[in-house]
Amino acid sequence: MFHEYALQHAWLIPLLPAIAFVLIGLWLRRVPLLSAGLALAVSIAAFLLACGVGQAVIAQGITVEQPFIQRVPWVAISGLSLDMGVFIDPITAMMLVVVTLVSLMVQIYSLGYMQGDPGFGRFYAYLSLFVAAMLGLVISVNFIQLFVFWELVGLSSYLLIGYYFYKISAREAAKKAFITTRIGDFGLLLGILFLQILFGTLDFAQLGLAIPAYVQQSGTGLLTLVALLIFLGPIGKSGQFPLHVWLPDAMEGPTPVSALIHAATMVVAGVYLVARVFFLFDLLPVALQTVAWTGAITAFFAASIALTQREIKRILAYSTISQLGYMMLALGVGSVTASMFHLMTHAFFKALLFLAAGAVIHALHDQNDIFAMGGLRHKMPVTFAAMTVGVLAIAGIPPFAGFFSKDEILLAAAQASWPLYLMAVVTSGLTAFYMARLLFVVFFGPEKPDNHPHEAPLSMCIPLGVLGVLAIVGGFVPYTYHFGDWVRFGPASHSGLDWAIAGTSTALALLSIGLAWLMYGSGRVSAERLAWRFPGLYRLSYHKYYIDELYQWLNQTVVGGIGRALYWLDLYVIDGIVNGLGKLTLRLGDGLRKIQTGQVQQYGLVLFGAILLVAAWLVWIEPALMGGVLS
Amino acid sequence: MNITLLTSEILVVLLGILIMLFDVLLPRQESRRSLGMMAVWGTLGILLYTFTLAGPPATVYKGLYVLDTFAVFFKQLFLVSTVLALLFSLDYVQDWSRNQGEFYALLLFAVAGMMVMASANDLLTIFVGLELMTVVFYILVGFHLEQVKSSEAGMKYLILGSASSAVLLYGMSWIYGATGSVVLTEIAGKASASPAVLLGVALMLAGIAFKLAIAPFHLWAPDIYEGAPTPITAMLAMGSKAAGFAILLRIFIVALPALQDYWLIAVSAMAVISMVGGTVVAMRQTNIKRMIGYSSIAQAGYMLAGLMAADVPGVQGMLFYAMLYIFANVGAFAVIVSVSQQTGTDEIEDFAGLAQKSPFLAVVMTIALLSMAGIPPMAGFVGKFYIFLAVIEQGHLWLALIGFIMSMVSVYYYLLVVKTMYMKEPKDSRPLLVGSSIGVAAVASVLMTLFLGIYPAPLADFAKAAAQVLW
Repeated sequence: MFHEYALQHAWLIPLLPAIAFVLIGLWLRRVPLLSAGLALAVSIAAFLLACGVGQAVIAQGITVEQPFIQRVPWVAISGLSLDMGVFIDPITAMMLVVVTLVSLMVQIYSLGYMQGDPGFGRFYAYLSLFVAAMLGLVISVNFIQLFVFWELVGLSSYLLIGYYFYKISAREAAKKAFITTRIGDFGLLLGILFLQILFGTLDFAQLGLAIPAYVQQSGTGLLTLVALLIFLGPIGKSGQFPLHVWLPDAMEGPTPVSALIHAATMVVAGVYLVARVFFLFDLLPVALQTVAWTGAITAFFAASIALTQREIKRILAYSTISQLGYMMLALGVGSVTASMFHLMTHAFFKALLFLAAGAVIHALHDQNDIFAMGGLRHKMPVTFAAMTVGVLAIAGIPPFAGFFSKDEILLAAAQASWPLYLMAVVTSGLTAFYMARLLFVVFFGPEKPDNHPHEAPLSMCIPLGVLGVLAIVGGFVPYTYHFGDWVRFGPASHSGLDWAIAGTSTALALLSIGLAWLMYGSGRVSAERLAWRFPGLYRLSYHKYYIDELYQWLNQTVVGGIGRALYWLDLYVIDGIVNGLGKLTLRLGDGLRKIQTGQVQQYGLVLFGAILLVAAWLVWIEPALMGGVLS
Repeated sequence: MNITLLTSEILVVLLGILIMLFDVLLPRQESRRSLGMMAVWGTLGILLYTFTLAGPPATVYKGLYVLDTFAVFFKQLFLVSTVLALLFSLDYVQDWSRNQGEFYALLLFAVAGMMVMASANDLLTIFVGLELMTVVFYILVGFHLEQVKSSEAGMKYLILGSASSAVLLYGMSWIYGATGSVVLTEIAGKASASPAVLLGVALMLAGIAFKLAIAPFHLWAPDIYEGAPTPITAMLAMGSKAAGFAILLRIFIVALPALQDYWLIAVSAMAVISMVGGTVVAMRQTNIKRMIGYSSIAQAGYMLAGLMAADVPGVQGMLFYAMLYIFANVGAFAVIVSVSQQTGTDEIEDFAGLAQKSPFLAVVMTIALLSMAGIPPMAGFVGKFYIFLAVIEQGHLWLALIGFIMSMVSVYYYLLVVKTMYMKEPKDSRPLLVGSSIGVAAVASVLMTLFLGIYPAPLADFAKAAAQVLW
């Protein structure tokens, strides 16, 4: 049976793209077609295997309680043994399918988008590495394996964001992404080390058994600290406030990369991590509260920035941050199901939105400002249709995918706390507004005379079509097939649709879209007047709450100040000692070298002298006298 | 008597004799490369055969000769290093005007000696194996008859090596005199802390330390490393050293555990002197083979430090290190051979701009040197980690600290070579062509160095199984 084979060989899923990376990176990168061909073939194989794993999960009844686990010893020393392995439960299977599917679509899309780029082969090598890292992270069996791939994801995102390395802005963005996420990773690593010290194991399955017992015995104090440290990793990786600053800048990478980063790899890694170790968070109310509030604040905060941005990819970037906030919020209020459901639908419609945006940018020769676009719906009907589907999906209009997942989040939030629910609802209204704004400004209104748009080539349209279909049915179908029975934590809950909540959010979304039409479609309400009326609010939003400026200032004055002081110390004190030691050692080397005269007689003399010394020592000096040295 | 236990040794000797025969039969003008290839494939075959030897320990000749996991581990180590050393010798030997066939045959006889040492279970067999190996090396070190340096090195090695062998034998005779036995397991029951036994222990320790090039018995090593033909330098650093460790472990752990308190003091002192002395002096070397010579003194010090733990994890670390050290050395020497074939010298400054002339060789050299320095993810890191962890677990934190510090210092001279290769301009722009056999050896060394660094578990398990035999 294929699904049995796929399950037993799930380790192939990350390995195949990794092999493709090595092959392309070492040999094939100068042959563009071969590079892309290999990467695509491998992606298809990985996708099929992932589907097989999904099938196996259903066929063999693998549940969250009874995952399928394979372990291979990696390093074993006394007191510490580390494994590499495969951990498959319904959450993993869902992630595998989503990641391989979206990456496959992105790779097909890139055939057209990156055509003629001098680094075509390199691009596919990096893409393969990125996907391999993400897939390895998804199937991780313990924290160490997860951390290794987590860092690999960081590395490959650095390579891809800085893909146009000859552009200063791209280099800066790549560094920013790498360094900002590194702050979170540091916390994650500390948390992992704490877990190893506390429990002596990092294996998810074993920790899942050990932690409840520990909480029973010792309370939640220390573990809450550990969980918060771990949560720092997702804050960085998943662009949560206040470490979200790297994500909008990451738009410097090629658009397919943005789609990959925002939809399937990298940013959802943080959400996935929290879901994977939910057995830890679930027992710690304070940690959960932190997750929930971080998510809610991020969701609202990013949506309010997206309202005023002008660059198409930046708007989408802030919408990603906002949606990731939703997922965190869902986790924080205890619904892994809602979070993972939204992660999946978001992957579909966000990839769709980015790829459609890429088609627009491609058609307008790297034009990024939405107000320089306009009226594109005639010339680019396919892209227009795709973008419309994406906007309706993210706005949460039934029956599009986003409606179902967002509704589950709102429901979970409403059951947990009113303030959180309120923030989520307002955010959903804002989301509908700024996405509709993007749609109307870009595709409606008068055409700009300088633009000569053309529809995207077939290789770019196919992924748009596939993802478009998924953005339509990706919510309804899982909903009817009881997604929550499989992907969950604890007992399955059949909440169903709460019509009050669903109705409110849908009405709000429709109202927002209507308002956006009045402002940007028909132009009956002037957006400038509104901005002029609330200059403070507008500027705050447009300048992203000056967070970047704040960090810049902090960096220059505080960090830079400390740095200058330490530099002085380093230069005059540390270096002095180090250089002195170095010179001393070299002198010692010179001196000792002189023993080596080349004279055999002298060598013989030293030899026998040393032998006499050793013999005399052993025979005459009692070991008890030396006991102090050895023990 | 089960003579089949000796099959691998017999096969190696037969292969050597076969090569000598063919050497006579082949037309005088014909290249002896075919004989080298014969040695490579033959050794490879014997190596594959040794994988069938796993099983419970078995003895032959009334317990004088033992085939256990420990012996198999070292036999495989010798055979692996021989295959790789032969691969990068082929081009080197081809430039000689005569005696090419004998070179391969002699090398195989030396390997037979090492394999005997790995299995020997009594002092006399140990000595016979050791002498078989050493006598062959006397010849091979001076094999480069056209070069005065080589002859000088051969002569020095002969004089000093004979002296040290005499010391070792003298020590063995004291042990025999005091205990009435040469069989290791029997000595274990009879050895007491009498002056006679202790004198024997001291002399044997000194004799073996000489073969290992442990300070202060190391003075021969830099001169001989520099003067010997490069493949022989490599075999001295890899095979001869590992064989010395094999008998050191057998004698001191199997026969003399009762005197552990005595010899551990000497071992700790020698380990420290080797680590510090080898590292410090290596910094000022200008000849790459000499530098490797000093660094090998320091490396032997690290391995000896593992003996300080005097338990299974410590010996496991030593064995693991001995194996990974082979691969690091193969990489380094393959590059040295390639470079010296073009330039004719072994000076570090001749490596200038190697990264431009042959990026491949520069990468191989860098990985090999970083592994020796113990930088992750190269295997050397894992090896040092195993050794120092075992040492710390036994409470000798100070020794591990010295090891850490010296490892850090050693990065200086290893990176000095890397800096020369990458930062300095080449003296000429002739590209450096890499022979196919050298390329195979270099790739194998790089792959194994990275593999063992990233996934050490299989070899570590094997080394553990081998170490457990001794207790």
